[in-house]
Amino acid sequence: MADLNLEKGQIVAETTFSITRDSLVRYAGASGDFNPIHYRDDVATSVGLPGVLAHGMLTMGFAIQPVVDWIGDSGKVLDYQVRFTRPVLVDAVVGASVTVVARVGSIDDDVARIDLTVTYGEQTVLGKAQARVSLV
Amino acid sequence: MNPELQGRVFEPTAPYLVGREKIREFARAVFATSPLNHDPEAAVAAGYSDIVAPPTFPVVIQESTLAQLLAEPDAGIDFTRVVHGDQRFSYTRPIVAGDELTAVLNVASIKSLGGHSMVTAESTITDASGAHVVTAISTLVVRGDE
Repeated sequence: MADLNLEKGQIVAETTFSITRDSLVRYAGASGDFNPIHYRDDVATSVGLPGVLAHGMLTMGFAIQPVVDWIGDSGKVLDYQVRFTRPVLVDAVVGASVTVVARVGSIDDDVARIDLTVTYGEQTVLGKAQARVSLV
Repeated sequence: MNPELQGRVFEPTAPYLVGREKIREFARAVFATSPLNHDPEAAVAAGYSDIVAPPTFPVVIQESTLAQLLAEPDAGIDFTRVVHGDQRFSYTRPIVAGDELTAVLNVASIKSLGGHSMVTAESTITDASGAHVVTAISTLVVRGDE
């Protein structure tokens, strides 16, 4: 169980994820989102993208995991929202590195709002990324 | 796109039986390593009837409701112009293996902004007893002609 003497602004978790093309194919199969911009360079460039992108929902999916590991129970996530602000470009050879920092945004009795800062190449890729988690 | 879509409520989707291996497959795909997402004994010890789905798992069920929206004959949505704007999941309780879930799509709002349309689609997901489990809310941006 996490240490629950929380203060606003406190960092509760920080993790860097290495995403590869394999990750995108795995997520496509698991989620059912087979949009080819997530695995085919030719299709991605034909619609004006710089290359193959990670599914926004994949980024949303792993960005909450450091919070789940901190709180110890994925069932304690009561509400989770994000805005997709920038794409994560996943190179065929080197992949992409995405860093998640989770901070306490506010505390209201038994529920904490955790704010996520999710960055790829020095830029944030999610906006208003917030989870409400039960502390009991 | 068609502004008259606002407020439209669609037919419930066919019941989706949440399988244990599907949860594990999804968990691996989102780098979820918590024992509660993989190990039934750990989940039962934590008070659940079976393994727990990761927080974004409802997207699997929501997918069929968004397919209903895109297939609606009078919607006028060109799939190739759709961009995912934002996403939210609001839970009453977590999803566990063995749940049989049904989703009802409601087009909560349609707005026009600088030639683009923004549609907010709310999928209300309930269990076999009819009790609320989670609501998945997506805002889709449909890009206008360039």
